[in-house]
Amino acid sequence: MKARSVVTLRDAAVERAGRRLWSGLGLTVTAGELVAVLGPNGVGKSTLVQVVLGGFTLAEGEVRVLGEPAGRANERIGYLPQRRSFDPSLRVRGRDVVRLGLDGHRWGLPLPDWWPGGTARRAATARVQEVIDLVGAGAYADRPVGELSGGEQQRLLIAQALAPAPELLLLDEPLDSLDLPNQAAIAALIARISRTQGVAVMMVAHDVNPILSHLDTVVYLAPGGSRIGPPHQVITGAALTQLFGTPIEVLTASDGRLVVIGQPERHEVTAGRQP
Amino acid sequence: MTLTGGPSWNPIIDLQQMWSFPFMVNAFRAGTIVAVLAGVMGAFMVLRRQTFAGHTLSLIGFPGAAGAVLIGVAASYGYFAFCLAGALVIAASPRAGPGGYSEESAVTGTVQSFALACGFLFVALYRGLLNGIDALLFGDFLGITTEQVALLGVVTAVSLIILGVIGRPLAFASIDPDVAGARNVPVRALSVVFLVLLGAATAEASQITGTLLVFALLVMPAATAQALTARPLRALALTVAIGLVVTWLGLSVAYYTPFPVGFFVTSFAFAGYVGAQALRHVRPRRWAGSAASDPGATEIAR
Repeated sequence: MKARSVVTLRDAAVERAGRRLWSGLGLTVTAGELVAVLGPNGVGKSTLVQVVLGGFTLAEGEVRVLGEPAGRANERIGYLPQRRSFDPSLRVRGRDVVRLGLDGHRWGLPLPDWWPGGTARRAATARVQEVIDLVGAGAYADRPVGELSGGEQQRLLIAQALAPAPELLLLDEPLDSLDLPNQAAIAALIARISRTQGVAVMMVAHDVNPILSHLDTVVYLAPGGSRIGPPHQVITGAALTQLFGTPIEVLTASDGRLVVIGQPERHEVTAGRQP
Repeated sequence: MTLTGGPSWNPIIDLQQMWSFPFMVNAFRAGTIVAVLAGVMGAFMVLRRQTFAGHTLSLIGFPGAAGAVLIGVAASYGYFAFCLAGALVIAASPRAGPGGYSEESAVTGTVQSFALACGFLFVALYRGLLNGIDALLFGDFLGITTEQVALLGVVTAVSLIILGVIGRPLAFASIDPDVAGARNVPVRALSVVFLVLLGAATAEASQITGTLLVFALLVMPAATAQALTARPLRALALTVAIGLVVTWLGLSVAYYTPFPVGFFVTSFAFAGYVGAQALRHVRPRRWAGSAASDPGATEIAR
């Protein structure tokens, strides 16, 4: 059976402030697929995430998400915005932040479990524990979230996005501003979630290397164009030279990392980028 | 002005004695009503890091109260009218969301100064039996009428009902506005409703502690509670409890001394805050052991 398509973009183009960011984008993401969105700064990677969320309208083309027009099925999407860290003085537990991802959008008050009629609330509490365990955040979920490290906060935010059992995870730069061991750890976690939970993942990435071995598909955005396919077909000298219209060379380091040389913004895909 | 001799130090006898005066009964009723709403709204305000908005609102309320007295209306109406109108103006500014409006800017500094100056002018223009400018700036509990208590009660009840409906999404929008927006929580509308409710709470608190000391009921109880616990519901309950205790203590002590109630409420709230911070730093951290593990290493080892 062919996997169900989660996100479909047809001949899509976006404009920001009268400037065309990218165009002619055709993309199909299926359940359980792990897709990275790469490209230079300002090329519209986060805009693509906003298009899928329905927060940004296409200038041309069509987008469908989970069988609906974009924005209609957002309760079935787990969204992790571009790196945000909580104020160190924020005195709310990580567990509470995860819980908001599950039922924070519902009207009413967050009543305690012992309050009468608490069957659904106890189920929600159990679900929160389940996703906290899934991301391995059990040791610090009860600490104030502002006191946690960047990697710990990121795990809890992924748990928050996962809490309502979404069919699609949209992650905007989830590895940004993490140290290298944490980048590898979070990348492995995202890949594991994608495989075991059958969740489609679209992640915007600055540096492809931490996720390279886990990726199914790369969407490489460039001004005016795009290239989509398996990483070893897209991140090649020939493909990127054609995409950017300027000579680009891709070297493979002995550990499998890719180094892109000659790209308009050289720092985009380089090995060993220190945070 | 000491109304009766000193306290007997028997709480029951002292309470009976205080409550034999209708104005003290009204003061306790008003204080209780105000402490509940100020505590609850303060908890959200601290969560949203919008204490500066509360401060601005209280200063906007001052000319309202002074102007109301000048034209012969109860100060309560002036506080409510100006604080609610001020809340709508702040809500119309583009920085009204969580964390926005949290720092001093030239514009708001200018508006605050002008509001204080207008209030001072109105007080000077009024040549009747106004209990001096002190009552408006630093609080007064004498002469709270039953009508005022009823008004405070209605405003608090309506505000709490609204919070009962929007409480959870408001918390979501306060802690995590981006994700809340993606989940179709009306973040912008909630921030307007929050500011209007904060205006109401500020107007109420001003009537007990005065314009300049509203933080005694708006910020201190919430800050104290959140220093003691990171569980939101516990923090909320603790906030209200602290607000009630400092208000009751402040009113009782002010009754037996010639000094203003605002000073005592603020001092007790401040003592509570200092005590909570001290406790937080002295108490051994329950989670000291688990914090040491390295999450990166475990994930790689998997």
